[in-house]
Amino acid sequence: MSDTSFVRRDMLEPQTPPPSQVGVIGWIRENLFSGWFNSILTLASIYVIYWVLASVLPWVLQSSWTATSLNECREQIAVAYGEGTSGACWAVIRERYLQLIYGFYPSELYWRPNLAFILMIFALAPVLYPNVPRKMLWFSGLYPFIAGWLLWGGTIWTPIAIVAGFAVGYGLFRVLIDRFGSLAAVIAAVLGTVLWWLLLAGPVAATLASAIPIGLTPVESRQFGGFMLSIIIGVTGIGASLPLGIVLALGRQSDLMILKSLSVGFIEFIRGVPLITLLFVASTLLNIFMPPGTNFDIILRVVIMVTLFASAYIAEVVRGGLAALPRGQYEAADALGLDYWKSMRLIILPQALKISIPGIVSTFIGLFKDTTLVSIIGLLDPIGFSNAIRANAEWQGIVWELYAFIALLFFIFCFFMSQYSMSLERRLQTGHK
Amino acid sequence: MSALSETPKESFRLRMLLYDTRYRAITIQIVALMGFMLFAAWLINNMLTNLAELGKPLGFGFLTETSGYDINQSLIEYTSQSSHLRAAFIGLMNTLIVAVLGCALATVVGLLIGILRLSKNWIVARLMTIWIEGFRNVPVLLWIVFFMAVLIETLPAPSAFRGDDPDATMNLFGSIAVTNRGVYIPEPLFASGLGDIPVLGGLFYVSADLIVLLLSLFAGLLVSGLIRNRADRIQEATGDRPRTWHWRILSVFAPPLIVLWMLGFHLGYPELKGFNFGGGIHMRNSLIALWLALGLYTSAFVAEIVRAGIESVSKGQTEAAFALGLRPNRTMNLVILPQALRVIIPPLISQYLNLTKNSSLAIAVGYMDITGTLGGITMNQTGRELECVLLLMMCYLAISLTVSMVMNWYNNSVKLKER
Repeated sequence: MSDTSFVRRDMLEPQTPPPSQVGVIGWIRENLFSGWFNSILTLASIYVIYWVLASVLPWVLQSSWTATSLNECREQIAVAYGEGTSGACWAVIRERYLQLIYGFYPSELYWRPNLAFILMIFALAPVLYPNVPRKMLWFSGLYPFIAGWLLWGGTIWTPIAIVAGFAVGYGLFRVLIDRFGSLAAVIAAVLGTVLWWLLLAGPVAATLASAIPIGLTPVESRQFGGFMLSIIIGVTGIGASLPLGIVLALGRQSDLMILKSLSVGFIEFIRGVPLITLLFVASTLLNIFMPPGTNFDIILRVVIMVTLFASAYIAEVVRGGLAALPRGQYEAADALGLDYWKSMRLIILPQALKISIPGIVSTFIGLFKDTTLVSIIGLLDPIGFSNAIRANAEWQGIVWELYAFIALLFFIFCFFMSQYSMSLERRLQTGHK
Repeated sequence: MSALSETPKESFRLRMLLYDTRYRAITIQIVALMGFMLFAAWLINNMLTNLAELGKPLGFGFLTETSGYDINQSLIEYTSQSSHLRAAFIGLMNTLIVAVLGCALATVVGLLIGILRLSKNWIVARLMTIWIEGFRNVPVLLWIVFFMAVLIETLPAPSAFRGDDPDATMNLFGSIAVTNRGVYIPEPLFASGLGDIPVLGGLFYVSADLIVLLLSLFAGLLVSGLIRNRADRIQEATGDRPRTWHWRILSVFAPPLIVLWMLGFHLGYPELKGFNFGGGIHMRNSLIALWLALGLYTSAFVAEIVRAGIESVSKGQTEAAFALGLRPNRTMNLVILPQALRVIIPPLISQYLNLTKNSSLAIAVGYMDITGTLGGITMNQTGRELECVLLLMMCYLAISLTVSMVMNWYNNSVKLKER
């Protein structure tokens, strides 16, 4: 028996991989220089980054923050950084940022939009994040009236009278539901609310206002402007278009032929025309369709049109979600004996809306960006204001600084909206993938 | 016995309209229809009352009146003596021009960006993300005015091209002049052209040269298709595919080239005359700014669509195709692309429609599209807001509905057939 065989009794120590495969070098090799084509792409990208930074950064940094006109600004830059240097004139932002944000809103009343904005965050919190106490939803429901009162001012009794309309409707519903059944109660409640608004709300508010005058200084709609206007139009449009869009989507998926064709007609018409034509309608035509002598607020008219526009797009997104649900879900809801509204509310819509979140949020982002179109019908949103500033004698010829500032404001808002949508998708992900 | 098997026949009572589901659907629909018609009647009644008060009865007669304004960019003949209708028609053509140009740019750039964003190269993928997020999250109106400002503020004036030692020179062997008044490119000229053909009784003219050229190109494509079919037949019969690519290239390119030669084709270069360039085709700043802004803005959306489409095809498909022995390019053409396109095409078309609708923002830079002519100057001059906005909406609706009809037809033809 010769002892020639070799049997290893213990394992070898694992060797570390060669240094070119791990760490920073390994990562660079794998991600940036894995082949000749990749290497060329990397070098080209680095050159592009260098070129952009080299041409933009000096302009951004060699700037003036203190000048009061474009000429003074150019002189300051020439003195500080040498003749012929082109630098940014951020002074225009320092001097005009309040106007770009608030428009011609009276400066001693800036606390009102500020407060409305802070309250908006509190009102949105329970809607956006589920771990905020549910009772705050009451505040979210009341917020539109509070914000309207804060922004436009006037007597406090008008918003209270409008809110009272809902209370009237709810009271009627509770009183009548036991005696006449739910259908009659709903009809009576709706009629009661509408009658209250049309006939009683105005006189009641006027009487109370003269008896107990509590109010804020009224601010005219034409003094609104800047980024504040974009947020008002955008947020109102977003809030109002979601419920309307869901109703339209349900109408389009409904079996009732007439409701369906009305919904389809509305959706296809709105989606077929550009927003700017609807804004033309808001600015010139809406009064023609109202009873003679009506003349209601331009911001309200724009908000109505923007809401109708967005609701058609929301309806299509939600319809996609409804169509994506398997038929079994509808059939299961029917088999449980749920009626139409219950099956929609408890089974279908929660799933359909979850599927349509990305589409809904991108519609909202689009709506928010589209609020800039109001500058074409003469409202002073940030772009409209930038034109006004450029026409000013002191700042004639200024371009990039204003556009950069406006672009940054919009970018921040839209980017955070899309980030929120992604986090919401992750949170609602229930595991079938 | 028969009396027992019959169910007692319930007589119709009025409350069944509300509480019997068979009748309730009808009740709801009739109430909804009546409500809608009452609402519409109320609107129309208000409108007629208001219009009568303003003294502007509804009518489209103003369209045939003299417009009295100039349009600086038009494909067909137009003067300030032409009618409002003709101005609107030129606006519609300008809308379509910028829409087609923008869609082409958006597709090319979006495809490139979308593919590069999937690249394994970390830095390239990040750069593409920055491009997409940057373009997507800033309003398109801002991009339009921004590009307009870039063209006006950074490009040299035509006077910079003058003199022995000019500040600016023409690009591409002296054939293209990029100035702050627009871009001048060479124009095609025909030494022995065929003239123009009147269409619709002289309403406008179409170049006969262009028609002949298109016909010859079409004939070439037809011949090329015939050659391919013949090659297919031979391959099926014998198993060998004859080499045809040189014949097919020849058949596509030879007829148009011969036609061009016979028509005496040459290029007319732009030249500096006085304070401005003359000759060549003048592409105005407004068109270029609008084109770049719409195209690049939409390219960010197209890129995301392309990325989603490619990611939607599962990796198993590629692996299965490789297992069948298909080469990479055949895999792409026969397996991946047909499945990815089904996901890509519908949202892509709706982006094209969005671009067309966004082109109505041309009014911000003074490009005379249909919103600028019919919804802008014509509306302000005649004071016919209702008629103008109505016509404007109809034009856009017609474009959108035509495209969606084609779209639905395509969707049905590529739909996965289930159950």
